[in-house]
Amino acid sequence: MDLSEHDPLIKIKNVHFSRGSKLIFDGVNMDIQRGKVTAIMGPSGTGKTTLLKLIGGQLRPSSGTIEVDGENVHRLRHKQLYQLRKKMGMLFQSGALLTDISVFGNVAFPLREHTKLPESMIRHLVLMKLQAVGLRGARDLMPAELSGGMARRVALARAIALDPMMIMYDEPFTGQDPISMGVLVRLIRLLNDVLGLSSIIVSHDVQETCAIADYVYLVSNGKVVEHGSPKQLADSDSQWSQQFMQGMADGPVPFHYAAKGYAKDLLGLEA
Amino acid sequence: MLNYFQQLGVTSLGIFERLGRSSLFFVNILLSIPGVIVRPRLLIAQIYSVGVLSFSLILISGLFVGMVIALQGFYTLSDFGAEGMLGVMVAASLVRELGPVVSALLFAGRAGSALTAEIGLMKTTEQLSGMEMMAVDPIARIVTPRFLAGLISMPLLATVFSAIGILGGYFIGVGLLGIDEGGYWSQMQAKIDFNQDIINGLIKSVIFGWLVTWIAVFEGYDAIPTSEGVSRATTRTVVHSAFVILLVDFILTALMFGDI
Repeated sequence: MDLSEHDPLIKIKNVHFSRGSKLIFDGVNMDIQRGKVTAIMGPSGTGKTTLLKLIGGQLRPSSGTIEVDGENVHRLRHKQLYQLRKKMGMLFQSGALLTDISVFGNVAFPLREHTKLPESMIRHLVLMKLQAVGLRGARDLMPAELSGGMARRVALARAIALDPMMIMYDEPFTGQDPISMGVLVRLIRLLNDVLGLSSIIVSHDVQETCAIADYVYLVSNGKVVEHGSPKQLADSDSQWSQQFMQGMADGPVPFHYAAKGYAKDLLGLEA
Repeated sequence: MLNYFQQLGVTSLGIFERLGRSSLFFVNILLSIPGVIVRPRLLIAQIYSVGVLSFSLILISGLFVGMVIALQGFYTLSDFGAEGMLGVMVAASLVRELGPVVSALLFAGRAGSALTAEIGLMKTTEQLSGMEMMAVDPIARIVTPRFLAGLISMPLLATVFSAIGILGGYFIGVGLLGIDEGGYWSQMQAKIDFNQDIINGLIKSVIFGWLVTWIAVFEGYDAIPTSEGVSRATTRTVVHSAFVILLVDFILTALMFGDI
């Protein structure tokens, strides 16, 4: 029996969250297991990135709890939250590299901020992290000189600089060419297994994400609509799973945005 | 009519909400100052970017403002046969008013707008969020060094502005219009009071530096993270700074020199 299943790394319980008058989450429940690659998928605009920000404590839910490694994220004091974040890595969609310092400086940034290691040790660590993502040779480049895929790999090297227990990936495959995408897919799985991480991938790239995910949550309309292994979802009879996994235009997620009757609209009649 | 009152209420609430947010933001800046003082490298880099890079603008503007005051002042004073007082007029105008006010306006346009745009773009490109997730407080790491750099640079720039303006006045008054060189300096020495004029001018420039930099960093940090949002925030920095500088200058002048 796998004990880790009884002690998930992240427990999300009945989370509600609104932005203005728009309800983003309406009672979301999830367990993210340790050592696994968990994917959170769903159509654009369902609040997947928001969920990562809730887990990282950058946003606060209107109700419900989120526990990371046994700690209720939104009950922590500022200092405790920052201590917890040292154990969390996050890869932003844009890479979020600091544009005024080099690739080397970016990867060294968390080490310089949080450790008192000598510069020679920092150099070794940075080169090792860059080697892991295949960009040791790019250490002197500035972020503006990197391609999108390279920027994400540098951001990945930075995210693992402090040897975190988990990494959250926000749309890691968006806008990547097939080679960069293949590299990222391989790296995410490899780093997860070699470094003993837990990974959360937020994405709507079904093929790439399902290729490396151990478990998938499908989110729509503020709720988890399906969850299971990629194979279970692919075999599921649920209309929702079928629509999302096969990319069908119409289904439980309607093709048409909510509107009054077509005929009434064209004829200018009030609904 | 009801709509008008509703709109007025919404606007007023919005203003008070922003004032409240900016005050809390300022408290956070104050709390993070000790962390910046123990890492002076961050502060020095920002003093260079905020202060040193504004130096040439201040130098050239100060020179021309001093020259213009001397020209205008000479023609007015000569009507009363009081050309000898030109040095006093140039120095008093610069040290009390134009030095702090004009350099603060230029500082808002040059450094304030750059601060807002830089911080706003860092927000837009998720660099601030990235820092938060790396457990690095963006207020302590990004905002406070810039705020302190503005606070330190502004009085120095205003002093340079006044000094170079007085030299500009000298070139015009003594060099071009032929007034007595000894009179220019000695009248200035006799009439300009260290506490009343120079210290009060310095106090003004410190207050303007505080206000402009506070507005600039807050607008950047609070900007809507889109290109349009950053553009609006940058405009607001310059407009609000100019308005606040002139309003506060009037209040300070009334308090400092009202009983003379």
